[in-house]
Amino acid sequence: MLPPFEIHQPATPAEAVALRVRHGESAALYAGGSELLLAMKEGLGAFEHLIDVKTIGGLDTLALAPDGAALVIGAAVTHRALERSPLLRAHFPMLADMERQVANARVRAVGTLGGNLCFAEPHSDPPTALLVHEARVVLHGGAGPRRLALADFLVGPYESALGPDEILTHVEVPLPPPRAAAAYLKFGLHERPTVGVAALLVPDVARGAVAEARVAIGCVGPVAARLPEVGHALRGVPLATLEAGWPAAETAGERLDAVGDLHGSAEYKRAMAGVFVKRALAQAARRARGGVGGHIGAPHLADT
Amino acid sequence: MSRLEIEAPPPPDRRLRLPTTVNGRPVTLHVVPEAVLLDVLREDLGLTGSKRSCDVQVCGACTVLLDGLPVSACAVLAYEARGRTVLTIEGLASEERLHPVQEAFLAASGFQCGFCTPGMIMAVTAMLDEAPAATPAEVREHLRGNICRCTGYVSILAAVAAAQRALARTGA
Repeated sequence: MLPPFEIHQPATPAEAVALRVRHGESAALYAGGSELLLAMKEGLGAFEHLIDVKTIGGLDTLALAPDGAALVIGAAVTHRALERSPLLRAHFPMLADMERQVANARVRAVGTLGGNLCFAEPHSDPPTALLVHEARVVLHGGAGPRRLALADFLVGPYESALGPDEILTHVEVPLPPPRAAAAYLKFGLHERPTVGVAALLVPDVARGAVAEARVAIGCVGPVAARLPEVGHALRGVPLATLEAGWPAAETAGERLDAVGDLHGSAEYKRAMAGVFVKRALAQAARRARGGVGGHIGAPHLADT
Repeated sequence: MSRLEIEAPPPPDRRLRLPTTVNGRPVTLHVVPEAVLLDVLREDLGLTGSKRSCDVQVCGACTVLLDGLPVSACAVLAYEARGRTVLTIEGLASEERLHPVQEAFLAASGFQCGFCTPGMIMAVTAMLDEAPAATPAEVREHLRGNICRCTGYVSILAAVAAAQRALARTGA
């Protein structure tokens, strides 16, 4: 049973912000409810006011920015809309594949990207995948709009940089460099993943090697994060080496701030992180060698 | 001293007016904001086909279709159904005959205890409405979110395949 609350229906970001300011900690932002309502059922959060951001105009848009440099995703766009978006499929096939495998069809039908990022559940797929795309969040608040790198928005478990007088309105995902190829792999024995790894490679086509690499890990530690040292170490590595299984990947998880929980011990998670970094790099390398747009392949989920 | 009867003022009515359509019939309900769709269907409308099991969007026993999309009625506020259509297992059959997916589950014995069956059938119906020619791999992927502890799933997958054949024959 849910505790009693009142639902508010703001029409604009400013109205939603005013409601947050008026009701303070007794109010929660509400979108799909796929995380919030479960937490409230478990008694992990009691709110007298839910602010329904879905009634705000424009938060369900999914379009390229006017300059064509980024995809702009409204905070209330559902996982289902993302998984089926031709724009996402065309420009960010790895993100479309990742979205297709979030939770289950029912969660995807109601759960939103903005809700996912604001709830900041550590065992989640989108933050990890968005980190290698260097996504930004757009926040609206009393002091006007501001943009934050997603890496700075994700603070810790169930904690984001969203201010008490702000709401998340959009997520911006810059178009990847030409010929970039990406992969997202996850593994888990429960409903939520134990480890999620995203890799994005920009190839130096003439040399058949890595020009730039971005690797991120989620679910293992308190918050999804990039592994900059792995990215540096990958520069100049031949794509063929990655495809065959890059031995150095095995140590990628060794220094992670892993948290032991229901999904596995810290030691187990570190070991699995290495395994899945190696596999994600192999898959991204295969796609990079396969040519532009060669991201769409067989299902690449080592999952339940 | 006279004994005055004291009566507290009635609590304010917190209920929301909720016009919606359930199984093809327009209804206007009055629900508290925190009511989940499953409770309204089961308790207010007597539609007890949708089951509560895990209560956390994992098992699929409470699957109903909201504007054609599968949702967990246990974790969706009834408020979300305002102005939309809800389809439950009770609304699937026509007066004369069962829905082809129901027929297929019967013919293939795609159930044992039957507790997951309404949710399973609604999940399959939603999938086949959208992707009648879904591959076996796609079917398995879609049904990942519906748990059955009896059958081992083989007979359920056989039922889905049979439903696909039946729907292809009738062109439905």
